[in-house]
Amino acid sequence: MSEDIWAEQNTDPDAIEAALREMLRSRHAADQTLAPARVLNLIVVVDRAWKGEISNRLARVGRYHASRTILCAVEDGRDTLDATAVMSYRDTAGGGIGVMHESVEIDMGPEHLSGLETIVDPVVISELPTVLWCPHGHDEAIAALQGITDVILLDSDDFADADEGLARAQEEQKSAYVVDLAWLRTTPWRERLAASFDPPARRPSLAAIEGFTIRHQATSTASALLLAAWLASRLQWDTRPLVSANGAGLHGRAYTSSSRYIDIRLEAAAQDVPGLAGVTVTCDGYSLSLDRALGGLRAKESIAGHGKHSWLVLGASRGEGGILGEGVRQALLRDPTYGPALEVARGFNAHAG
Amino acid sequence: MQSAAVATEVEQDNPLIAGLERLPVRPTALVIFGATGDLAHRKLLPALYNLAHEGALPERFEMVGVARRDQEHNEFRDMAKESIERFSRRRPDESVLKGLIDELRYVPGEFDDDDVYSHLRRVLNEFDQRAGQELNHVFYLSTAPQFFPMIAGKLGAAGLNRARDAETRIVIEKPFGYDLASARQLNAQVLEVFDESQVFRIDHYLGKETVQNLMALRFSNALFEPVWNRNFIDYVQITAAEDLGIGGRAGYYEGAGALRDLVQNHMMQLLALLTMEPPTSFDADRVRDEKLKVLEAIVPPAVSEVPSMAVRAQYGPGTVGGKRVVGYHDEEGVATDSRTETYAALRLHVSNWRWAGVPFYLRTGKQLARKITEIAVTLKPVPHLAFQSQGSVGVQPNQIILTVQPDEGVSVSLGAKIPGPTMRIRPVNMEFRYGTSFMSESPEAYERLILDAMRGDATLFTRGDEIVALWGIIDPILTAWHEDTTTPVPQYAAGTAGPSEADALLEGNAKWRRL
Repeated sequence: MSEDIWAEQNTDPDAIEAALREMLRSRHAADQTLAPARVLNLIVVVDRAWKGEISNRLARVGRYHASRTILCAVEDGRDTLDATAVMSYRDTAGGGIGVMHESVEIDMGPEHLSGLETIVDPVVISELPTVLWCPHGHDEAIAALQGITDVILLDSDDFADADEGLARAQEEQKSAYVVDLAWLRTTPWRERLAASFDPPARRPSLAAIEGFTIRHQATSTASALLLAAWLASRLQWDTRPLVSANGAGLHGRAYTSSSRYIDIRLEAAAQDVPGLAGVTVTCDGYSLSLDRALGGLRAKESIAGHGKHSWLVLGASRGEGGILGEGVRQALLRDPTYGPALEVARGFNAHAG
Repeated sequence: MQSAAVATEVEQDNPLIAGLERLPVRPTALVIFGATGDLAHRKLLPALYNLAHEGALPERFEMVGVARRDQEHNEFRDMAKESIERFSRRRPDESVLKGLIDELRYVPGEFDDDDVYSHLRRVLNEFDQRAGQELNHVFYLSTAPQFFPMIAGKLGAAGLNRARDAETRIVIEKPFGYDLASARQLNAQVLEVFDESQVFRIDHYLGKETVQNLMALRFSNALFEPVWNRNFIDYVQITAAEDLGIGGRAGYYEGAGALRDLVQNHMMQLLALLTMEPPTSFDADRVRDEKLKVLEAIVPPAVSEVPSMAVRAQYGPGTVGGKRVVGYHDEEGVATDSRTETYAALRLHVSNWRWAGVPFYLRTGKQLARKITEIAVTLKPVPHLAFQSQGSVGVQPNQIILTVQPDEGVSVSLGAKIPGPTMRIRPVNMEFRYGTSFMSESPEAYERLILDAMRGDATLFTRGDEIVALWGIIDPILTAWHEDTTTPVPQYAAGTAGPSEADALLEGNAKWRRL
């Protein structure tokens, strides 16, 4: 990977934008096989002390790099803007088109946040969708950038408690499309549950679910709630708040339209990585468990009168870097099931804590 | 038996699939005939790994390789592992690879041996037992084409062509037939055993993202459709150029030639997608109905007309990429008096209201100046050039270029003013490239097609009547070239744009695009 770098202290947005334009012009003049990526802008607002950690996370998103990333690093006591712009590209010695990505780091002070739009707007590529990610809070930045933000990236698992994260997601939905990393941690589980009940012979079992248990890492309660809420919203169950089960997770019931109840349990599980560890669905005479395993998910099925079966559902773990990359990619898509699931998840968690 | 349309309808009843990008695939056992062959080695096994990596395979997935080589399961697994490690588009995850490989099974034997099918049946039954349900079966015929009817027939004789509570499909690689008569015969042989809804004839070009994007470009942009007709389009060129020779494939190529190898299938599919009417939905049969209609509007030439609408040629010695290369006749395995074409160019007309009078030029060849597959749509010139007096020699008709490979994308050439005091115009390009406009890389065509076959979605596969229509257009040309044993086959120097004889096909202002 090669890089062109520009840096200036005590700078301003016009100078940054001009520098980006000039870097693009001169690099393209030097090598016409290079073209700038033009997919989306990503604005990241962070505490300067944790800038390195966030930069490392962004570096691990695989191929899902934003076209132009603008990292705003907020530092107490600072009243000037220092900026570095980097244009990175691979040499195209083998032929073909090379893609250039741009990243800008702007060091700023807290007082800049209320007028952040005037700093960032000139720097974003105006015709592209803009994603905003504020992993360290910075509510003032979110408010200031509302006018130019199309998508808000957040992680409802990343708040002090799940309800706060889910409430924030619901609040942000009023002004922008929300991509929630906690929701994306449930994707393989949703896909597998959908597949498990997809064969016509298995489909009636959906209407006969008696209970389900979701096992999750302690910090991923929001993910677990969202998975439970997805199932409830898709199956149109009437839900009630879950209650703490003697410190061992959350427990409660949902009801079908015929007033039959479904037992719901969310249990913390020992697991090194964030996200879900397993899910068990039980129906009349049938149960299915999916548990995280090497190389995919270990499925265990028990059918009354037909014994037990176990197999590995193949799939590579994406890791947290992959989840963030998926979050960037999802900013270009729209998932109509997240909103309803989020609403049910908030209801599940109404009195928990 | 459940048709694909019914299966889709049932799928929509699953409330859990809403919003999912990756739709479920029913539990499936995939059987690859010719599992030790080159296609399996380079494409099919790596594609299966990538589907496994992404969690896209069915939750219950089993695979059996069938081939003549006498070897044990473990030897087949080692071969598959090596193929995947060498040809996968991503570095394999060890645990996923192990999970996939450990379960592979192998059935050795000749394809005409009934024992192979009994053995296969036992293995498939074992899978069903282990899964506690009847798995869907997909039989993938990746063998030499002479085995296609035999395998289909034997599957039928063994009762493997249908299942009681599951679906059975057969995927047939190209070439589907050798000419019109053989394609009809193969269709009849396969359809004696399988219903059309069970048959998936592969043309891997249709699995390419850029080829599918042809439909998106045409039918989701108000910009293009109004000009997509004889009133605005002057002519169209479809080019599939290769900068390599035949390599070690003389045995295949001598019997095929450029027309069968690329024109009859890939290039004609591009032509059909480019010219078909908008389908009422993106349903397999609605799309294929429209493709068939437009293919049937291409009037096949009479044999006597072929010399005026088609050119064949062979590459001679030359220089490609700075290296001297031998001519076709000096390639190993090629007869010194071979008349097999390594280059073919055609002029076709689509005789319908939309396209009447618009020539479509197709050309393909080996050992050409560069590797490129593209469609170039040239619009008619503007009716009056107001800037003529200003010396606007650079004004060119607009062109819409759809590049399939290597740099997938679309560009539109526009006339623009050259900066300066006078009104001088020259063409500039407005470009869209996949690499710069999407973050994700395109999956291999085979990944998409294998998954679609397992799901029963035939949109990107060729229907039996389409195959007949495709061969119907090409057959008279094959006949004419076969019957002409005296006219010298034109030669072109390797590394050039092809034979000058191809220029004679062009009408009006048309000229071949530079490679």
